[in-house]
Amino acid sequence: MEKLSGGEIIVSALRDAGIQYIWGYPGGAALHIYDALFRQEAVHHLLVRHEQAAVHAADGFSRATGMVGTALVTSGPGATNAITGIATAYMDSIPLVVISGQVPLHKIGQDAFQETDMIGVSRPIVKHSFLVTRTEDIAAAIAKAYYIASTGRPGPVVVDIPKDITDPSYKIPYAWPGVINMRSYQPAEKGHRGQIKRAVKKLVEARKPIIYSGGGVIIDNASDHLTKLVRELNYPITSTLMGLGAFPGTDPLFLGMLGMHGTYEANAAMHEADVILAVGARFDDRVTNELEKFCPDATIIHVDIDPTSVSKNIDAHIPIVGGCSTVLREMLSLVKKSNRDNNCDTSSWWKKINQWRDRYGIYTAPRHAASSGHLIKPQDVIRVLYDVTNGDAFVTSDVGQHQMFAAQYYLFDKPRQWINSGGLGTMGFGLPAAMGVQLAFPEADVACVTGEGSIQMCIQELSTCTQHRLPIKIINLNNSALGMVRQWQDMNYSGRYAESLYEDSLPDFVALAEAYGHVGMRVQRINELGPMMEKCFSLKDRVVFMDILVDPEEHVYPMQVPGGSMRDLWLNKNEKS
Amino acid sequence: MRRIISVLMENESGALSRVVGLFSQRGYNIDTLTVAPTDDESLSRLTLTTTGDSRMAEQIVKQLHKLIDTLKVNDLTQGSFVERELMLIKITASNGDSRAEIMRCIEIFRGNIVDVTAATFTIQLLGDSDKLDAFLGAVKHIGSIEVVRSGVLGIARGDKFLRQ
Ligand SMILES: Cc1ncc(C[n+]2csc(CCOP(=O)(O)OP(=O)(O)O)c2C)c(N)n1
Ligand SMILES: [Mg+2]
Repeated sequence: MEKLSGGEIIVSALRDAGIQYIWGYPGGAALHIYDALFRQEAVHHLLVRHEQAAVHAADGFSRATGMVGTALVTSGPGATNAITGIATAYMDSIPLVVISGQVPLHKIGQDAFQETDMIGVSRPIVKHSFLVTRTEDIAAAIAKAYYIASTGRPGPVVVDIPKDITDPSYKIPYAWPGVINMRSYQPAEKGHRGQIKRAVKKLVEARKPIIYSGGGVIIDNASDHLTKLVRELNYPITSTLMGLGAFPGTDPLFLGMLGMHGTYEANAAMHEADVILAVGARFDDRVTNELEKFCPDATIIHVDIDPTSVSKNIDAHIPIVGGCSTVLREMLSLVKKSNRDNNCDTSSWWKKINQWRDRYGIYTAPRHAASSGHLIKPQDVIRVLYDVTNGDAFVTSDVGQHQMFAAQYYLFDKPRQWINSGGLGTMGFGLPAAMGVQLAFPEADVACVTGEGSIQMCIQELSTCTQHRLPIKIINLNNSALGMVRQWQDMNYSGRYAESLYEDSLPDFVALAEAYGHVGMRVQRINELGPMMEKCFSLKDRVVFMDILVDPEEHVYPMQVPGGSMRDLWLNKNEKS
Repeated sequence: MRRIISVLMENESGALSRVVGLFSQRGYNIDTLTVAPTDDESLSRLTLTTTGDSRMAEQIVKQLHKLIDTLKVNDLTQGSFVERELMLIKITASNGDSRAEIMRCIEIFRGNIVDVTAATFTIQLLGDSDKLDAFLGAVKHIGSIEVVRSGVLGIARGDKFLRQ
């Protein structure tokens, strides 16, 4: 058997785990690992400009492909810089392995140079973590890390590796552990049959049903099953921010997103529903609004792989713990067998929903003022983006108004097309995540819809795009403000804009993009928008930064009224539902 | 309601800190916590007591179960169970009256004297937490005391096992 050093074992284990790309940043404690990387070809390392971006890029790669993303950082500041990325992945259940260098074993606890207790710091935001203390344990720890990250409810796993156990002078035989079996970790995949039967019975007897689907459907690759089930039932479906694309956004059965900035029809249908099938969703506070007023008449069927998500915020009448994919498939076959023609009539329900759509829906008519001349409405930018990319681009996003406009107006027909930080809401996610997506799909259009606030949180990665030839397109909805903050200040603080404005300090983004070797464009008039967007996406092998000056006054609507039920919404600046 | 929860987990470094972290992270209280390896050295048995309504108890059990190192979790208070806690108390008592009163209490509560000086007794007492509290209530006024308690141990009655 070949004998390898700890550093070489790490790299071999990555290779044997099927990892082709890792994102990272070197430093003292990780240098043996970096040297081992240098001396082989199987695993490609992409150097970023900040460790947060390494983790976001690995995360974007994972979200777009369904594979586990990998990042490598050094100890101390390298490790702490990775924390925001890890927390982002944790909140959205994204499978990642983050390998961090650590000071040598005998120095742990001595306040050594660049020592941080990475296991302790990351503990609340990881699915699991390993501090490896022997070279002999490295391969098993890495194998387990990938297994744990990718099974059950996925999530990030940290592997912290002290420098001395990667020492090149200590070599041991290496063997890849292959199949992992852990007595303490056996994720359940299949839902309970009896519960599924009960659920289907309720579902087919419903008069006012709705499907509420979340990110779990995408993570479990259950979109096909979901789509078939919903079409078979001919029921309305809504989606969380994280679930967009699991069911085609252009299908008439789709009511749009629900929750804080969801459509009126989705929120009203939830509120009035008699049966809700929640699948891969977790009744987040950005969905439910006031729990006490949540969907008073509904029987709730809740399908989720994580038992802790079930009956956490809202009691489920029919809980089903299992993978979305297997449960939905089973439901579909039971629905097909049921003779529901006799007792199923949802036509008056659909009539009501269509009235809501006609009256308030943002897809039946524009509810925002029109763009004209120098006034560019951010909603229209997303519509143009949609048209120019034929609805086919990967869209990553940051956090703020631009994110909500992208979620509302880009109708995602496919899962994994929409990539954003939903749970943690991390500004700075969009650009590095787009790099990860572009790496996975070099030929695809990858648009990062961002704001002038968010983009500056990881702007340094424009340099990474140059180095690794990642021709992403940055669609900067520049409203000269931390727009979402300002919207809340308009609505709740009488327009006192505490620290949400930049006082003319914004950089010239066009010049900035050019300084990094990219193409910069500034759009100031609505009639330039289409042609310039066309030009942007025609430059296939270039990074293009479109700085689009949008209406600084615009708000995101609908918006749930705090403390209300789901359907209590602001429809515009003056009108409540 | 008071809950006694048993956890069987891998005897690995970091496992205990994950349990403790879970409680602080999710805003649950730990009233007592005991942990030691089992007959199988690769496993640890942990007993913790907390207070909460049934929703919270359900979440705690599920969250504990979700930890990767956890094999089994059981809320003992859902069924019938035996609970024991060990207490050591040192109490000052130098005159004859107080020494006699302490001896009486020890007899009533079936405690043992494990150390004695001219001015102190050190007493060992075993029982459920209520009994230990009652003993403290009975002797507290006699002298100044120092108390150390093990935290609660629990096991289900009958033929229910919490094993691998
Ligand atoms: C790292 C981080 N810090 C602060 C916030 C709070 N926050 C949410 S939205 C927002 C404003 C974002 O501004 P911009 O990126 O320009 O987007 P806009 O809302 O203007 O479209 C802020 C500060 C956050 N989500 N993330
Ligand atoms: Mg802005």
